[in-house]
Amino acid sequence: MRLLILLLTSSLALAAFAQSDGLSPSAPDGLRKGGTVGQDLPAPPIAGDPRSVKREVRSYPEQPPVIPHTIRDYQVDKNFNRCLDCHSRESAVRAGAPMVSVTHFMDRHFQVRAEVTPGRYFCTQCHVPQTDAEDLVDSNFKAVDQVIRDSVAGGRND
Amino acid sequence: MIKWLKFYWSLLRKPSVHYSIGFLTLSGFIAGIIFWGGFNTALEVTNTEAFCIGCHEMQSNPYEELKNTVHYTNRSGVRAECSDCHVPHGWTHKVARKMEASKEVWGWVFGSINTPEKYEAKRRELAEREWKRLKANDSLECRNCHEFDSMDFTLQDPRAAQAHSTALVSSEQTCIDCHKGIAHKLPDMTGVHR
Repeated sequence: MRLLILLLTSSLALAAFAQSDGLSPSAPDGLRKGGTVGQDLPAPPIAGDPRSVKREVRSYPEQPPVIPHTIRDYQVDKNFNRCLDCHSRESAVRAGAPMVSVTHFMDRHFQVRAEVTPGRYFCTQCHVPQTDAEDLVDSNFKAVDQVIRDSVAGGRND
Repeated sequence: MIKWLKFYWSLLRKPSVHYSIGFLTLSGFIAGIIFWGGFNTALEVTNTEAFCIGCHEMQSNPYEELKNTVHYTNRSGVRAECSDCHVPHGWTHKVARKMEASKEVWGWVFGSINTPEKYEAKRRELAEREWKRLKANDSLECRNCHEFDSMDFTLQDPRAAQAHSTALVSSEQTCIDCHKGIAHKLPDMTGVHR
């Protein structure tokens, strides 16, 4: 009984310690800055839905293209793939949508199949909608064309 | 038995001895209000969402799926309840649908979809029944809210505008032909033309 009381009080004290801002160390500045270890910060608002954005140029050839439309409630599971409703080989022309690239039809032995293979079936594993979200961290990423242009310009300067 | 029936038949045919025609007319009128009002109230109760999800099979399967969709949560807060899509609003069609729905009571009593597995196994059959129903009544329930004459094609996606201004105008196709699985998950769609 005594042990139980001791345990309870000590855990309560620990909890109180963790809650108080003054004693709690500040959290590492990861993707969500600010706050302390013991503090729960509200999640940032979800980025806006793309309503009528244009198709974006890919930054490098193998980049999975971003999705230029909203995909809310799109069902992609064993029963049905809503994306393929328009982007499949059969429907793309009628729907006026780009067909999924031929790599999606290749199985693991690079054998091209008639349908999208299971390995490439779950679209949002690679493709995401373009939103107005701000960058979470600073990045000096450049599209490959920019890198080439810079290096050519740099070469001239030498 | 025959004697008993004969007695009541002659009683019904006889003019009233004790009550005035005014009293009988008035009491008939009042009883009519009570019974008709009671019937309609009960009918409306069975049309509420609380009634539909009173059974756990509706609460934990179709209702949970609806919750993610635009018909449950959206910008302007207008939402569709179960009955908005599954029961027509006009009285005649509503009562016809209610009679049809007595089969659902049978399903509930015998627990035909009382587990997620059973629901999944029957998903195609249930979906097909709804598709057929909506195809037959020209998507009447959709049109409870979505007024064709008020659709502005210029504000729609080019592809949507194209489809609405051709196949829908000519009544060649109806809402459900393209808009399947908008409020619940779709079943295995092999062989279904969309």
